[in-house]
Amino acid sequence: MDVTEYIKLVFTDYTLRTITLGTAILGAVCGMLGSFAVLRKQSLLGDAISHAALPGITIAFLITGAKDSNILLLGALLSGLVGTFWIRGIISKTHLKSDTALGLILSLFFGFGMLLLTFIQKQPNANQAGLDKYLFGQAATLVESDVWLMAIVTSICLFVLLLFWKEFKILLFDADYTKTLGFNTKFIDILITTFIVLAIVLGLQTVGVVLMSAMLLAPAAAARQWTNRLGTMVIIAALFGAFSGVFGTAISASQNNLSTGPVIVIVAGFFVLISFIFSPSRGLLFKQIRFIKNRRDLQLHKTLSFMYHIAETHEDITHPHTIKILNNFQGYTKGTLQKLADKHYVTLSDGNWSLTEEGFKTASNLYNQQNDNNE
Amino acid sequence: MDKKKIPVSAGRIAVKVDDLTVAYNYKPVLWDIDLEIPEGVLMAIVGPNGAGKSTLIKSILGILKPIAGSVSIYNQPYEKQRSLVAYVPQKGSVDWDFPTTALDVVMMGTYGSLGWIKRPGQKEKKAALEALEKVGMLPFKGRQISQLSGGQQQRIFLARALVQNASIYFMDEPFQGVDATTEIAIINILKELRKAGKTVIVVHHDLQTVPEYFDWVTFLNVKKIATGPVKDIFNDDNLTKTYGINYKVSIQE
Repeated sequence: MDVTEYIKLVFTDYTLRTITLGTAILGAVCGMLGSFAVLRKQSLLGDAISHAALPGITIAFLITGAKDSNILLLGALLSGLVGTFWIRGIISKTHLKSDTALGLILSLFFGFGMLLLTFIQKQPNANQAGLDKYLFGQAATLVESDVWLMAIVTSICLFVLLLFWKEFKILLFDADYTKTLGFNTKFIDILITTFIVLAIVLGLQTVGVVLMSAMLLAPAAAARQWTNRLGTMVIIAALFGAFSGVFGTAISASQNNLSTGPVIVIVAGFFVLISFIFSPSRGLLFKQIRFIKNRRDLQLHKTLSFMYHIAETHEDITHPHTIKILNNFQGYTKGTLQKLADKHYVTLSDGNWSLTEEGFKTASNLYNQQNDNNE
Repeated sequence: MDKKKIPVSAGRIAVKVDDLTVAYNYKPVLWDIDLEIPEGVLMAIVGPNGAGKSTLIKSILGILKPIAGSVSIYNQPYEKQRSLVAYVPQKGSVDWDFPTTALDVVMMGTYGSLGWIKRPGQKEKKAALEALEKVGMLPFKGRQISQLSGGQQQRIFLARALVQNASIYFMDEPFQGVDATTEIAIINILKELRKAGKTVIVVHHDLQTVPEYFDWVTFLNVKKIATGPVKDIFNDDNLTKTYGINYKVSIQE
């Protein structure tokens, strides 16, 4: 199946449309909430929560014996929340650092989940097949009701986000200060965390326990590169997430049905890569270009100030000097000399250079801190 | 030395701390602190590292939960009087790479009076701009906060507290890591606040400048050593009691 055929199919084929819509919504809500996780330096929390959800899925199956995805996700939600509050408990009640607490809960819950999963698979229950799809996700199993659930949760999440925008922002930036202003920081905190857990649980069916945290972090990390405003960052992250979902589904559907979850994550990773390289203010490429340009400017200024010190010793500052005396100077090349001439700082005539009035003035004011600072 | 007579005789108590005890584990960080801070003073809290200076401020403001003790602001429990109190945290307590601008941070000072959900409008923006002007940071209002120098970040924090238009200001080491110009700019603002009848409480490290900057001082080292007017109690005796016999700083040059 090639791309044009795929695009046609999205609008006609029910299954493909459902999956595309589902992954797009999932990507958007994850990007939105992921921004908060990243800014709170709780990037690993997403990973811990998603792994902590596995025992919930298996226990829900053991109790009901059925594979209703809503009930399984309810189990995932509960055990994800339990894991989260244990992590917070460990951090606040013991001397353990947050990375240790996260790692501990992540592996313990995941280990327990795997244990139950293998136990279930050994049972003679025909229903158990396919429960392991929650490990790596299987977007193909999305049905319309799943997408509706995602859409409803996303709208609630968006509504709460807009309603408490101010409170979320100030808590993220300075929690202690927020407390002194009289806000109930615990409430705001629990609100954010609950929504993060919700988003993760929603994604388990599609992307899976193991890869879910990438959905949360990659769009946010990429978005941070493009803006210095929180609002813009959240919007860009949501867009990156949504596009990762759409492109990921498209690629996986058109390439011999590659597993959708991993492809979505790879696409999101690609957005991160592009952002880290090409972002105008923070990207590596422009940083390097600026670096080289600054180097050149410095060389130019070095040459100019060297000339200035020579010209200074003369009565007439525009007195011509031979170019040869610049030869041993480090910053000097023919190019820099020509550039200085282009800027009318010097005039050149057969083997001699002389500083102009303007060049003299510029050179005497170079890197004068008092002029640079407007404090 | 500030030779002006300080009008503390009016005698209203701005902050009253009773039996405050705070402990992280077994060892108390603050032990049985009783403290009365009169209205209109510019007070330094001094003491060695680990003496509990920041802890004292944080537990007065309810950021930390004390084991015992109570705090009242103008004879009312602190919770009822929050709007009268502003706080300048240590500069290092936040992530300055956060995606926001200088003006936005200062606007946060208005959030308390706005309350839940309500967004800041033109009135709040105007107040924030005025505060930025006061600390000399108006030209930087649109700057991303990581692109400010340490001294400028401190001024932004100060402006955020000024916007609160409080009666009592708590500041945690506002002079830490700022250059001489900024230090003078900040102390001038603090003195202006006092002139306007506000009470200012500052965690301070530089003993040399205490007599010059402040009119009231509290010596703290887990227990309260002494509190009162600088000219009466800022002496070798109290400094030795607070810092131990090894302290070698002479207050007279």
